[in-house]
Amino acid sequence: MQDRTHFMQLLLGRLSWDAIPLHVPILVGTFIGTATLGLALLGFITYKRAWGYLWSQWFCSIDHKKIGVMYIVLGLIMLLRGFADAIMMRAQQALSFGSSVGYLPPEHYDQVFTAHGVIMIFFVAMPLVTGLMNYVVPLQIGARDVAFPFLNNFSFWMTTAGAVLVMMSLFIGEFARTGWLAYPPLSGIAYSPDVGVDYYIWSLQIAGIGTLLSGVNILATIIKMRAPGMSLMRMPIFTWTALCTNVLIVAAFPVLTAVLVLLSLDRYVGTDFFTNDFGGNAMMYVNLIWIWGHPEVYILILPVFGVFSEVVATFSGKRLFGYASMVYATVVITILSYLVWLHHFFTMGSGASVNSFFGITTMIISIPTGAKMFNWLFTMYRGRIRFDLPMLWTMGFMITFVIGGMTGVLLAVPPADFELHNSLFLVAHFHNVIIGGVVFGAFAGITFWFPKATGFQLDPFWGKVSFWFWLSGFWFAFTPLYVLGLMGVTRRLSHFDDPSLQIWFQIAAFGAVLILFGILAFLVQLFVSIKNRVALADVSGDCWHGRTLEWSTSSPPPEYNFAFTPLVHDQDAWWDMKSRGYVRPLSGFIPIHMPKSTPAGIVLAGISLVCGFALIWHIWWLGAAAFFAVIATAIAHTFNYDRDFHIPAEEVARVEQARTRLLATTV
Amino acid sequence: MSASDSVHAHGAHDGHDGHDDRHVHSHDHGHGSGAAHGSLKGYLIGFALSVLLTAIPFWLVMGKVFDDHTVTIVIVLALAAVQIVVHMIYFLHLNTSSEGGWNILALIFTMVLLVITLAGSLWVMYHMNANMMPMSPHDMREMP
Repeated sequence: MQDRTHFMQLLLGRLSWDAIPLHVPILVGTFIGTATLGLALLGFITYKRAWGYLWSQWFCSIDHKKIGVMYIVLGLIMLLRGFADAIMMRAQQALSFGSSVGYLPPEHYDQVFTAHGVIMIFFVAMPLVTGLMNYVVPLQIGARDVAFPFLNNFSFWMTTAGAVLVMMSLFIGEFARTGWLAYPPLSGIAYSPDVGVDYYIWSLQIAGIGTLLSGVNILATIIKMRAPGMSLMRMPIFTWTALCTNVLIVAAFPVLTAVLVLLSLDRYVGTDFFTNDFGGNAMMYVNLIWIWGHPEVYILILPVFGVFSEVVATFSGKRLFGYASMVYATVVITILSYLVWLHHFFTMGSGASVNSFFGITTMIISIPTGAKMFNWLFTMYRGRIRFDLPMLWTMGFMITFVIGGMTGVLLAVPPADFELHNSLFLVAHFHNVIIGGVVFGAFAGITFWFPKATGFQLDPFWGKVSFWFWLSGFWFAFTPLYVLGLMGVTRRLSHFDDPSLQIWFQIAAFGAVLILFGILAFLVQLFVSIKNRVALADVSGDCWHGRTLEWSTSSPPPEYNFAFTPLVHDQDAWWDMKSRGYVRPLSGFIPIHMPKSTPAGIVLAGISLVCGFALIWHIWWLGAAAFFAVIATAIAHTFNYDRDFHIPAEEVARVEQARTRLLATTV
Repeated sequence: MSASDSVHAHGAHDGHDGHDDRHVHSHDHGHGSGAAHGSLKGYLIGFALSVLLTAIPFWLVMGKVFDDHTVTIVIVLALAAVQIVVHMIYFLHLNTSSEGGWNILALIFTMVLLVITLAGSLWVMYHMNANMMPMSPHDMREMP
């Protein structure tokens, strides 16, 4: 018997039947629901015989456009999971007053808010902005793919592997109960001996590799692969913000990796970096993780500033006001984002000089941001504004984000922060800038570039329904949290005693329901648009009268993006080409050199997922085997010399002639 | 995952109005344009300098040249910093013009961030130590 347990432990580590949460009815219900939906989806794909198509045309594809679309699909799927967590928390807080304890036990509630934060930042916001950058940047700079196409595929699958690991924690074991940044000593082995924090660590480490490599990739793409004539100061603003964002990614993510390595050493081999004994200092963890964490919020917001710049210029029919100031504001924000991290822990005990330094730098960062806001306003001023969906999201952003920014400046005052730290006021503030900024920006970007990616526009009616539900839902959900925060209610509580607070939580829960309708309306919008795709088709390739190069090619673009590499003479290159009477060349095509699809990325990420799972459950033999398998597969892939091919000139000519015929049908 | 993935690096283009008619494929493995390859002389100078810069700290420590420990530490750290610069110039061929100045720009940016992160962390943790570490009741009563 003893031998048997020992053997099982060697074989399965900490994993046993107890890890499956059969005693938690909510999770069993969720599992049955998820499993039914998942099986239905798999069955549908099998029924349609689409596996081969999905595998060869999407999963193994190293086309930046398809990878960009897959990133956005990942982000939207994870948005559903993250939002499910959000509405569970809102319901719990609306119910759990006085003698009622709500429906979530505290240890489950703690996992829910941790998972919500982790998922929304790493697996919703990051994939959405990375997806937009992946899709749009090469098209905007007139390139045919990114600098390292295979690496791009690999990065996407590593991000997905991280997301899968987080989802697995729902049904096998549990997730961290520590809050989304897993501060020690709570996240140390003494206070979190179970697998939750290990799920957190390994999902972020695996996804972090993907994020870092995609940062390197897009950075190299922008620097090395711009179309001839496109100097830095002729780059579209979205490309500029993507450049700065990826500089931030490359500089900041290694800090996260390092600090998580130190935490895992504490947990796995008993070092004392962040413990309370033997010279360890948990405050160092807080310091380091915010050195990554503050640039991270600018990693999220800068690309959507770029989206809004493109949208405002396009839908106002004007050149962007203050292009150069927009570029400098972006660069200044990039640098300043490294100088403010301490404002996340004013209350930890630094002296007056440290707190006032970081308070002032934080206030300074609102200056370039404000400059951007005025640039957008002046672009709209005397413009011929078209109130299409992307513009609606942009205007919703401008109003919401300014208020979120002002509460941020309020929090930047250290004495005020001592009152508001860790309160619901803070929660309301960062949702105000993340939903009002990143989420609205992602929706603006998705509705703006959707016709480019698919060849048909999104249905405007359901889009407007979604927008108004999101906007009103946001304000209903978070204004009460500002009020509660000013009353001193702290965050992350699963139960309240004071019944006079309940009405505010009920209003907030109502707001969350409105946002639910916003999300459902978006899904309906996708469905309706696909159904009406013929009526909504964009045959011109330039349905919004765009200004930048992505609108010069067809919708959806051919595999090679541009039959001929464009020559750039001005900012807003496509607007310039149109105004100079550009004529699309109809002959003289030559073979185009393209990278070849490969399954190596998905295989490597799959083995990494196994490695992460084994390390979480202490299945050492499997972890070691998977680790060496990753190395071996990566080395084996370097011997694959069959990496590129030429699209024959006849094929290019055929595709371009098809577009010529299509263009002739519209005029 | 190698330079051979870089299928579409643009070289110099010249073409007719609006478009050029060819696409330059760069199969440039390893070094990009503008990165100078080292000469034998350069490598020898670099080698000599790094040997010298390694030998001096050993001599300082083993020969107990200075009585004051702090002086030794400061000098060894300073020589280490010089060593980094020697490696970058002679072995990594970093100069202000390689890759059109992007290399030096990236280096400066990295240095700025490193200084901010290290100096900032030291400053912050020094404050934490000074303000938060006295933990006995007696210590707390002595706090300003």
